[in-house]
Amino acid sequence: MILVALLLLPLAGCAGLLAAPDRWARRIGVAATATTFGLSLALLAAYDYHRGGFQLGVDRAWVPAADIRFHLGLDGISLPLVVLTTLLSFLCAVYTLKTLPEPGRPRAFLALVLLLEVGMLGTFLALDLLLFFVFFEVVLAPMYFLIALWGGERRSYAATKFILFTLLGSVLLLLGILVIYAHTATFDMVRLGRRGGADLPRAAQDLAFLGLFLGFAVKTPMWPLHSWLPDAHTEAPTVGSVLLAGVLLKMGTYGLVRIAVTELPAAARDFAPYLGVLAVVGIIYGALCCLVQRDIKRLIAYSSVGHMGFVLLGIATLTPVGVNAALLANVAHGVVTGLLFFLVGALKDRYHSQDIAEIGGGVLAKAPLLGGLLTFAAIASLGLPGLAGFWGEMLAMLGAFRPAQGLHRGLFLTLMVLAGVGTVLTAVYLLVLLRRVTLGVVPERWRERRFGDVTSVELAAWAPLLALTLVLGLYPRLVLGVTDAAVRRLLGGG
Amino acid sequence: MTGAAWLVPAVPFLAAVLGLLAGRRLPGGPAGVAVLGTAVPTGLALALAVAVLGDPGRVRETSTLLTPTGAVPIAVGTRVDGLAAVVAVMVCVVALLVQVYSTAYLRGDPRYPSYAALVSLFTAAMLLVVVSADLLELLVGWEVMGVCSYFLIGHYWQQPSASAAAVKAFLTTRVGDVGFLFGIFTLGTAAGSFRISALLDRAPRLGHTAVLVGTLLLVCGVVGKSAQFPLHTWLPDAMAGPTPISALIHAATMVAAGVYVVARLYPVFVLSPVTLDVLAVSAAVTMLLGALAALAQDDLKRVLAYSTVSQLAYMTGGLAVGGYAAGLFHLLSHAAFKALLFLCAGAVIRTVGTNLMSEMGGLRRGLPVTFATMTVGLAALAGLPPFSGFFSKDAVLGSAWAAATGAARPVLDRPAAWLVFVAGMLTVLLTGAYATRLWLRTFFGTYRGTAVIEEAPTAMRVPLLLLALPAAAFGFVGLRSGWLPGWLGYGRDVAFFAYTPLPLTAPPTPSLGPQAGTALVATALGLLGVLVTYTGWRRAPAADPARLLGRARRPFERAFYLDELYDAVLVRPLPRLARAVLGFDVTGVDGLASGSGSGAWLAGGGLRRLQNGNVQAYATALFLGVLVLVAGVAVLT
Repeated sequence: MILVALLLLPLAGCAGLLAAPDRWARRIGVAATATTFGLSLALLAAYDYHRGGFQLGVDRAWVPAADIRFHLGLDGISLPLVVLTTLLSFLCAVYTLKTLPEPGRPRAFLALVLLLEVGMLGTFLALDLLLFFVFFEVVLAPMYFLIALWGGERRSYAATKFILFTLLGSVLLLLGILVIYAHTATFDMVRLGRRGGADLPRAAQDLAFLGLFLGFAVKTPMWPLHSWLPDAHTEAPTVGSVLLAGVLLKMGTYGLVRIAVTELPAAARDFAPYLGVLAVVGIIYGALCCLVQRDIKRLIAYSSVGHMGFVLLGIATLTPVGVNAALLANVAHGVVTGLLFFLVGALKDRYHSQDIAEIGGGVLAKAPLLGGLLTFAAIASLGLPGLAGFWGEMLAMLGAFRPAQGLHRGLFLTLMVLAGVGTVLTAVYLLVLLRRVTLGVVPERWRERRFGDVTSVELAAWAPLLALTLVLGLYPRLVLGVTDAAVRRLLGGG
Repeated sequence: MTGAAWLVPAVPFLAAVLGLLAGRRLPGGPAGVAVLGTAVPTGLALALAVAVLGDPGRVRETSTLLTPTGAVPIAVGTRVDGLAAVVAVMVCVVALLVQVYSTAYLRGDPRYPSYAALVSLFTAAMLLVVVSADLLELLVGWEVMGVCSYFLIGHYWQQPSASAAAVKAFLTTRVGDVGFLFGIFTLGTAAGSFRISALLDRAPRLGHTAVLVGTLLLVCGVVGKSAQFPLHTWLPDAMAGPTPISALIHAATMVAAGVYVVARLYPVFVLSPVTLDVLAVSAAVTMLLGALAALAQDDLKRVLAYSTVSQLAYMTGGLAVGGYAAGLFHLLSHAAFKALLFLCAGAVIRTVGTNLMSEMGGLRRGLPVTFATMTVGLAALAGLPPFSGFFSKDAVLGSAWAAATGAARPVLDRPAAWLVFVAGMLTVLLTGAYATRLWLRTFFGTYRGTAVIEEAPTAMRVPLLLLALPAAAFGFVGLRSGWLPGWLGYGRDVAFFAYTPLPLTAPPTPSLGPQAGTALVATALGLLGVLVTYTGWRRAPAADPARLLGRARRPFERAFYLDELYDAVLVRPLPRLARAVLGFDVTGVDGLASGSGSGAWLAGGGLRRLQNGNVQAYATALFLGVLVLVAGVAVLT
């Protein structure tokens, strides 16, 4: 039942917000997300790390006519993402205590954030394909409104593009789900996972996989389906960007692992080379786009394309190490890129610009702590060993070094080398970014302008991410120790 | 004692964290924490050295699982033997002296707290490399050093040159590090473990290809970190950092990490003669290239930087020709004399306010201590007897000679050994010449600048004097036969080569004492270099002896235009490519459709329809584009 409570808490907060006056909104928002986060920590304690399979499950009939069930459960693959979701939602609520873009209206803003949280958590907990799909869709509306109402100048364009792309993805996803259902007459993900696609003829498997694959690829986003992301990120408010990069993108890769690879393993083998190629194209392509990007939020958005490329590469190897890497890189990217979007948002609040040339350098002189934190986050993002970003990307390449049996090793070795080139390019654009933003002298136009360094509320919202960046870097077992058993079980390797 | 070896990197790491978080609010100030945070591991390292003294070849290892990965697990732990202990002592001593020196050199610098903390972090990272029991653990230290180097080179970050140099250093080494990582993959996967001991134990059974590919890939990282051709170009630019950093990172420690890793994994490297050939060729080229470039620089620190490049090549060359102990001997003596030289250069630069030797001259009167100590350092660099560099360089040349002539069973192909030997001898001549030029241009003649000359304060003078001792006398440890090699794990009873089942049983424990033949020739060549420079200088004391180079001066000064080459081939085309890609991306659908080669109508019309809000056309275009692309991949694979 604890999982149901995890969904009900933010939902209750959402309802409470709608009932309460505006001036209580921020406190309600923090309270609701904090208790949800607290509950997810309780999950960490309640979870039995020595047992494989799903735990703490709930399984009730929902639409008996179509055999759709309200089936929730938790395993090593979803647990880290659940905690990441509640943490980021909580930090976003804390951040909103002091910072809320035009047109204000904290009640509506936080209600949407809480609704978003319900959808994200539900996606990671659902064990029924249609339930999963419902939660997957629940996420779209709040995010659409967050961008469309609180976004930047071109917000309506960005929001429309976001909804168009993701709806297109959803259609394909639904098609995939229906193909599976047509052959198996069940939406039960546990049962489907156990059968491993044995009930589907090969052609149907491939067709279903293609639908799921494209649906999730839009969300992740995988090159070349990524083009909604830069616009959405550029225009979204800080909190929207943090949740978008931190959690929403992970829903795509999570679905790929949880549904596509688990339930259609044979098709996964057929598609893995394409997935790998597209992933690596994304890595290089994203990095090159970042290199000459003028808008700092857009840059971080493109960097997500590259980072998610490593996640996809890990999955494409179909090895335990690759999938572990994908799950760890998921979490690490959520933490580090979430942090980066917070920092860039803070930069924008102060400079009223997200144009790199307009900021013009010298942030370290103007706001030393903000500059220092930006440096730290950028270094983490470029995958410095000892910080969170490293292990996932390194292990994804290790997976590609020796991909699963039946995959072309030469191809994957090539992909590994190209991904390695990608890590260099990633370092290039992040260091160039730092050079143009944090280093150098303060331009004339900002000399007289006064603005404060990091505030205590900002620091409070960022501190957990800063700490996690270091802790995951020094102790990757925090995630890998949880995922490893579940991943081995999933791939049937042990 | 060796069980507590983890404290050696942990203590400076803690000092760094404290320094970064608390900065000036620390009791005792940032300087107190920084110096203490380096003094404690110095004591610990010495204790380690004493603890392993009885049996330096025995490996004391601790290892615990860091994390499962789904494939080869990653462990952390410490691995202490004579080699680790000796190098740890070297790192700690230089770091300690640099921290003390920096308290004076950066007095009044508002960024001193973060500087001192980063030096501590750097020290911790280097010590982690030294005591690591696992290759990926080693990689963490290896890369953290790189990023510390980035920060410290960029210390004066208002200056564009400093931030550019910092970026260049990080990226150049990172290029090598990608290869290094893949090398770790190759060897670790073949051995089924990333643990160094497991790798060394299983080395003979790894299979020829894995060893060849793995070690060659490791060499990429070594060449980057230890500034060897063709990835050496970052080091001279790194001189934009504060001078004590040049002493610590760019002379004595970080650049030594590459050499150290080769030594650490030597039993694997000797299984692959081709790798050693490659290392030898790189070393031979680097030696000469660095020395020739050093001849023509006007910037005092750049002369020293190129000399570092050149001297590091003696170490890699020494290791390549099978001179395991000789290469490490040079590593140790070089750490002493090059740290000394850089700290002396700092004392000079601090008072004259410029790096350019054309604005120095005649400084021996105003800076007597600096002059005396730097003279010792330069003599050691030039390899003049009886200074330390003479012994260690001769050990390397002796090893190369033995390998080239077949007196010792060569571990690489003999032509490669010849190459190292000949390049090494020529470099001795060049080293004598540029060391003399530096000495004369800085300390003799008349002062060509305008600053008021004052000798360095005590906190700077003491490290100079302390480093002058080993720079002068460390070489004599080589005279005691088998002592240092024994320390470094090359002892008689220590079956260092027991790891390898090659017919190559341990080459006879090498004596590091001077071999009469090579020593005589090398000394004569060194003196010749000194004399030629001196004669040239005598004729016109105000002029730069580099004029003797004639038309070669310009290419030497530009270090053979390699920077220009990389600029033209890599640095400039990259943004162009990136702009093209971004342009392609901005057009979105359009790019996709035209990229898959189908239909110009999508290119024009699709986008227009998108802007008109024609959702269907947009969605269709997107879908078609993906299908075409996937089909393309299907055809290609």
